[in-house]
Amino acid sequence: MDAPAVDLSTILCGVRLPNPTVLASGVLGLSHQVMARVARAGAGGITSKSCSLKPRAGYHNPTILDWGMGLINAVGLSNPGVEVMVEELQAARELLAPQGIPLIASIFAETIYDFGTVARFISPARPDLIEVNVSCPNIDDRYRLMFAADPYVASQVTRRVKLNTDIPVLVKLSPNVTDLSRIAEAVVEAGADGITAINSLGPGIILDVKTLRPLLAHVTGGLSGSAIRPIAVRCVRDIRRAVGEEVPIVATGGVTTGRDVVEMLLVGAAAVGIGSAVAQRGMDVFRQVNEELRAYMVEHGYGRLSDLRGKALPFV
Amino acid sequence: MTLPQTVPIREIREETRTIRTFVLDVRLPQAEPGQFVMLWLPGVDEKPMSIAHPDPLTVTVARVGPFSTALHGRKVGDALGWRGPYGRGFSLPEAGPVLLVSGGCGVGPIYFLAQQAVERGLPTTVALGARTGLDLPYVARFRVLGVELHLATDDGSQGERGYVTELAAHLAERATEPPTLYACGPERMLVVLHRFCREQGISGQLSLERYMKCGFGVCGQCAMDGFLVCQDGPVFDAAQLDGLRDFGAAHRSATGRRLPIR
Repeated sequence: MDAPAVDLSTILCGVRLPNPTVLASGVLGLSHQVMARVARAGAGGITSKSCSLKPRAGYHNPTILDWGMGLINAVGLSNPGVEVMVEELQAARELLAPQGIPLIASIFAETIYDFGTVARFISPARPDLIEVNVSCPNIDDRYRLMFAADPYVASQVTRRVKLNTDIPVLVKLSPNVTDLSRIAEAVVEAGADGITAINSLGPGIILDVKTLRPLLAHVTGGLSGSAIRPIAVRCVRDIRRAVGEEVPIVATGGVTTGRDVVEMLLVGAAAVGIGSAVAQRGMDVFRQVNEELRAYMVEHGYGRLSDLRGKALPFV
Repeated sequence: MTLPQTVPIREIREETRTIRTFVLDVRLPQAEPGQFVMLWLPGVDEKPMSIAHPDPLTVTVARVGPFSTALHGRKVGDALGWRGPYGRGFSLPEAGPVLLVSGGCGVGPIYFLAQQAVERGLPTTVALGARTGLDLPYVARFRVLGVELHLATDDGSQGERGYVTELAAHLAERATEPPTLYACGPERMLVVLHRFCREQGISGQLSLERYMKCGFGVCGQCAMDGFLVCQDGPVFDAAQLDGLRDFGAAHRSATGRRLPIR
């Protein structure tokens, strides 16, 4: 007997993904060959590591640690800068396009103005989407505040990016804010084509109680992985309520199994980001999650992701 | 859970004028030769270090930069952090001779592997190279182990004059049965040995080094072509390295930029 046909594809700002699992930014997104390998491992989309105008070395190690319930990281947005990254993305595009896997270029800047410049410089690589990282919690004091902490600042960044590119734009939001709904509304009003949520939670601190020292060189770091998933689900629900159905959300934060994807779809996600789960399940996590999702859909008689999308919203 | 655990330094050994061995107060009996730990100097940095002995955990480190210089300044009783073991190590053949090649401070994992090869009764030859006789580490320990030991120095002050790669090629060609080759050391040495293995049809395993952040396959910082050195390596089969753009040519800096290997 043939297995019933299940369609895992999804559309994100007009871009087709063969399945809803997207490699989240900051994980394995530095080398074009590794990005292609993640696509071969089953990812439906690939987000590159956040790239800024100038190269950044980031913080000293330890920068990324597994604390048992997920990861804690303060990498410090290390990246080789847009000049190098544009070539890496071009090469990634050439490898991913024949596989039908879209490329999402994550960008970051230190000023509102520079966000526009990075968007302009990255666009010739023709990523399918640009993701604007306004929500890294590992920022130095000199930036004072995360861009995503303030609706006005977040919308100004969005406007700046939209003015400088014709590529659809996702804005990646932070859970570490008092009014996520207002911030989501503001970036959509400013022209965001979609939203990625959430960035890492916190920041937090873990100490070595023998030497009395913090384990991370930067002292504080963002939390990710399974422990933060319930917060991510709540944030996606809040954003979905605030911005309405036509704005797609890439639900990111602790997604580790097919069941977690279902949960995100039920609160209205168009796709899901997967990052920390790579530490637990390896690159194969993408294939595994898609298999688990497919099994769930077969078992419960769903044929398409749209059959699930937003179906829990009346109850939450 | 893989958070760094801090333990006191139990013993420090002066190997050469630039190389020291640090014995930590922790046992890692399940570690394999070629695997590494992330070694943390609180307040300084954390770097991947090949395991020279698992029980107690031992690393042999040359003074080359700020991290290793700070490490060399530590005293017995000072706290060091470690997490691991990580990565794919060496694997020995069921039978047949093995040829182990070490350049400079690559000696730690080569010694660990030599111990295992001797325990398994494999005919074991070790080729040890350094700039001068004063820079050759572990010589006495290899002699005690009972392996066939050959030395090479650039200036001929001890052993053969010349590169350890020439010595290794000579030993492999001279052998009655082709040995499996294992190597750890500077990448330019590994490039020569890789070519030698592929031309002679000898199977070889080479231990590589790259800048790392996480050590467990998430950050992508150690990417070499499509490989993650932390997880797919640090030990690679010679055949895996055929035609790679970055092998012998480029490593990634802390920014992630590819820089030429000197």
